[in-house]
Amino acid sequence: MSRGNSALADRGFRVLMIACGLSIFGIVLLILSELIVRSEMSWKQFGLRFFAGTTGSFWDPVNGGFSALPFIYGTLVTSFLSLLISVPLAVGLAIFLTEICPRFLRGPLAFITELLAAIPSIIYGMWALFVLVPLLREHVNPLLVKYLGWSGLFSDDNPTGLGYLAAGVILAVMVLPIISSLTREVMTSVPHSQREAVLALGATRWEMIRMGVLRNARIGIVGAVILGLGRALGETMAVQMVIGSTPEIHKSLLANGASMSSVIASEFAEAVSDLHRSALIEIGLALFIVTILVNGLARLLVWAVTRGVPARVH
Amino acid sequence: MAAGSTSFRSSLRTVTDHTVTGLAVLATLIVILPLIAIFVYLLIKGASSLNIDFFIKNPAPEGEPGGGMANAIVGSGVLLAIASLIGVPIGIGAGIYLAEFGRGTRLANAIRFTADVLNGVPSIVMGLAAYSLIVVPQGHFSAFSGGVALGIMMIPTVARTSEEMLLMVPNNIREAALGLGLPNWRSVLSITVRTASPGIITGCMLAFARVAGETAPLIFTALGNAYWSLSPNQPIEALPLQIWIYASGPYEDQHRLAWAAALVLILLIVAAVSLVRFVTSRGVLKGNS
Repeated sequence: MSRGNSALADRGFRVLMIACGLSIFGIVLLILSELIVRSEMSWKQFGLRFFAGTTGSFWDPVNGGFSALPFIYGTLVTSFLSLLISVPLAVGLAIFLTEICPRFLRGPLAFITELLAAIPSIIYGMWALFVLVPLLREHVNPLLVKYLGWSGLFSDDNPTGLGYLAAGVILAVMVLPIISSLTREVMTSVPHSQREAVLALGATRWEMIRMGVLRNARIGIVGAVILGLGRALGETMAVQMVIGSTPEIHKSLLANGASMSSVIASEFAEAVSDLHRSALIEIGLALFIVTILVNGLARLLVWAVTRGVPARVH
Repeated sequence: MAAGSTSFRSSLRTVTDHTVTGLAVLATLIVILPLIAIFVYLLIKGASSLNIDFFIKNPAPEGEPGGGMANAIVGSGVLLAIASLIGVPIGIGAGIYLAEFGRGTRLANAIRFTADVLNGVPSIVMGLAAYSLIVVPQGHFSAFSGGVALGIMMIPTVARTSEEMLLMVPNNIREAALGLGLPNWRSVLSITVRTASPGIITGCMLAFARVAGETAPLIFTALGNAYWSLSPNQPIEALPLQIWIYASGPYEDQHRLAWAAALVLILLIVAAVSLVRFVTSRGVLKGNS
């Protein structure tokens, strides 16, 4: 009797735990189906034109003309700007932490990078708004305009200090700890024998890092960078606060713009029509699919290195 | 001649080596500086405006000095309670499945992969999903829908940290439990999960602290509310929402309150991250407890 009960309880418990595990698939499917259903009005009306742009103004909620192009542009520009700034720094930090840093500093520095990763987006945004933007406005932007203005990337017509550049810089601060901690993980997983073999050939420390570590870890580092990209693409609040929230496309990095996530945050609660809301949800759907793909790819690359798959030897 | 070129090359190599070391140190400094800047700025700004009014008063009318964030603190509490009720049990269950039942199976690998990918989905998308799932059918904004959005976000984090903590429990403890003739579910719940419980609890705290600072999923679910509210069926205020509104506004006094709220959030997060580090590094789980 009691044996029968406990077998039943065992099976029940197992099924319950499997259900919890499967719920993770359920969440992804649920989000996908909800967003597809709610954005129907928009994709029925605009089709692919939604992502390719229309003539006239791009985003006109009052007259019902919608195109996601300025937001896609804003997201891409700010994300790539942030990677441009953060990747060299993150890899440098990871090299320092795994290969150069004295042992007693390793723990505290790793702790600080972990903390950086956990600070909420809104606090970065606030810091950017009150400290970074004035700094850019007073000191950095005038220099950029003066010396690099000829390139057309830094034009002198936005006195606020907000814009693509401010958003890119704060995004760089935010994705840095993610890229750096994953790069560190990947570099730590390179076996010591690789380092020793290169050192035994008489290499200096940098040559050991370059040939023994970076070459073996490069796939994982690419994965870490792509993961950082995934984070930058979807970051909302900090970008919304400093990008200037203007649905336009500008060549100048100092101009106001908007990103896919920032426009949802700024306009959704006060959407003027069902079509407007539906268009914003379609932007959310695109964001969801892109981040799922980008994150999936990044995870696969990182796994390929850290899961004991032997690194390619040249 | 040959000797000269060799020594030139070797000194070039030494110079490169030193240069790269210098660059790595420089990169570290550049990374650490913004954090210190943010932190010091927050401490100064936040501490100077944090007072008892912050915790016990509701917001003052627009433009008037004084007031506090009592309603936002309570609102955040309500939202986080709903989120934890959803996220913690399902997350721990998924973690138990991954660590105890599915270890090494293809299904478990797929679930682990999906959880990691879900972790990277922008929080604003979670807000849209909760809006479409709850706000639209109900016809009004509510604390409940905000709590659901945050709860869904907690699940992958809780699942992965619980799994990691459970995997740290040595196998001989499981074998001892089974050797006593305990049914499997008892052995998992009262022996394995219990041994790992300090780790699982800190993992939950970390997920809790993370969603406590989330703003984007609340904008069009919880919406915000200038008045006192406890009802899960009404719009509700939350600390990060209030920070967003106040920081973007023009009033000096509201900026002050926003800094104070940011300090409170940061302290919550520092506590959670330190706790996780303490638990995972001190070997609390390695059978010493």
